[in-house]
Amino acid sequence: MILDDKLGQDTDAFYNALMDLHEGLSEAQSHALNARLVLILSNEIGDLEKLKLLMQAAANAG
Amino acid sequence: MAYDYAPYPYIAPPGLSGPEPRHPVVIVGAGPIGLAMAVDLAQQGVKSLVLDDNNVVSVGSRAICWSKRTLEIFDRLGVGERMLEKGVTWKVGRQFHGKDEIYSFDLLPEPGHKYPAFINLQQYYVEQYLVERAQEFPDLIDLRFLNKVIDHTDRGDHVELTVETPDGTYTLEAEWYIACDGAGSATRQRMNLAFDGQTFEEHFLIVDVEMETSPFGDHDTPERWFWFAPPFHPGQSALLHKQPDNIYRIDLQLGPDTDPKEEATEEKVIPRIKQIVGDAPFRLDWMSVYKFRCAKLDRFVHGRVLFVGDSAHVVSPFGARGGNGGVQDLDNLGWKLAAVLRGDAPPALIETYSEERTHGSAENILNSSRATNFMTPKSPIEALFRDEVLTLSERHPFARRLINSGRLSLPCSLEGMTLQTAGDAPVPPGAVITDAPLTGANGDTWLIREVQGQFTLVGFGDMALPQIDGIARIGINSRGDYPCFDATDGHAIRRYGNAHIYLFRPDGHVCAVFTTPEVAAITAAMKNAMGAAL
Repeated sequence: MILDDKLGQDTDAFYNALMDLHEGLSEAQSHALNARLVLILSNEIGDLEKLKLLMQAAANAG
Repeated sequence: MAYDYAPYPYIAPPGLSGPEPRHPVVIVGAGPIGLAMAVDLAQQGVKSLVLDDNNVVSVGSRAICWSKRTLEIFDRLGVGERMLEKGVTWKVGRQFHGKDEIYSFDLLPEPGHKYPAFINLQQYYVEQYLVERAQEFPDLIDLRFLNKVIDHTDRGDHVELTVETPDGTYTLEAEWYIACDGAGSATRQRMNLAFDGQTFEEHFLIVDVEMETSPFGDHDTPERWFWFAPPFHPGQSALLHKQPDNIYRIDLQLGPDTDPKEEATEEKVIPRIKQIVGDAPFRLDWMSVYKFRCAKLDRFVHGRVLFVGDSAHVVSPFGARGGNGGVQDLDNLGWKLAAVLRGDAPPALIETYSEERTHGSAENILNSSRATNFMTPKSPIEALFRDEVLTLSERHPFARRLINSGRLSLPCSLEGMTLQTAGDAPVPPGAVITDAPLTGANGDTWLIREVQGQFTLVGFGDMALPQIDGIARIGINSRGDYPCFDATDGHAIRRYGNAHIYLFRPDGHVCAVFTTPEVAAITAAMKNAMGAAL
């Protein structure tokens, strides 16, 4: 699966907001935050088949 | 061959032997911004005195990346074509992670524009061309080298300056004082103005090398190569760019804990360069180690003192928004100051320079700060996100969009600001002119050439434009008793729509749009753009 850009003009603002979210946190806190974020975003996607494909894309990237 | 830094002659100024008449405009600093400011005013018949503490052009290439909009403004000032001819036009950028290319982009020039997206040209050439252009106005531009402003006082209706020369000091009076004295502006410091922003701790090393063999290898056209964590420079970033005369710019991130003095030595630099360019012979032309910050003044207009260029705002170099932002400043200020000096507009029009350009510089600072944050992660978690973006980008286009090694300079929109009249059109009020090729009675020309430099009403499609004092008229794909052109290959109509009328300001920004040529509405929009409501 190839993932195209969906954020358009907001890409940089999104990335900056994500970095701001982590500002001042310890690595353990950041880790926990990321886990919560993954869970929240997954629920928002709300489609198990799609989520499985996205999980595979993340796992296969490295 | 190394650039020949021939000094400009110092001539003892008249102020040393007796008082000079009050000058309408004194420009402090003869860098690219100060010089272009003087040329812009001269083209409108406004006299200026330019003072510089030095007598040679920029030492080192410094600003090298000039945007399309800058070239269009310099076209109006008479040096754009010369810059394009000498400059290196590049359009392909390659991003590397480690030794692997992760993706490339092509600034694929859309057809139908006079100027490309970017050229690379050393600042010393730009300054040389501007000095030579300024010298074409001997009655309007008085250029004084080795004249250092050491003090100034705003007297309300004028500014008093104290100037130091090799022959002693003298005083001057100016109706308007334009500070083009750069990032370390002595004017700003004397006035004790807050210059707040973000300082980045990373040191960067800039090196210019001259070499016959292209370090781009088989790619014989000039490109922009950017590395995250290259094998020759572990853990840091690197940039390679071509300039004219076979000079290559190499930009290396050094990290926060390096000693800049130690890094900027031939013993340290030459081995690094060899790792990038291999065994091909090269000559070290110039190098500099720098740290940077993103900062700006709250307002660019302080009484009779106007800040233009780096004296008003500084950005990180990623995205080429320093010099290019400054050129947009002077383009914005030039016509306003000339109108006020002619008595055609209230002095309050000058305030809109601050309104419009503080907005432009805030946008530049936002973009360059984001690029710098991406390139120099300040915590392990930021580094982790950055590295995983790079990993994902090998396969996924969305992640490529997240990679930020500088969002290249685009002109800002002035939509919704005081001088613009709200309206709806393919190119909305506030937007800057989009170029297009035209064919006229005297042959081929460009929209930027026909529109910039005065208020111009442009009708696209078959219609008749009214004659209104102070507004030039041109028609596209129509016939009238004023200059009319055909839209070559339909570009102009495609970009601006059919049956639309645009009122452009002298700096090429759209200030109002119409669908019918109503004299009252056009006149009202023109008055508004000249500050009548202020």
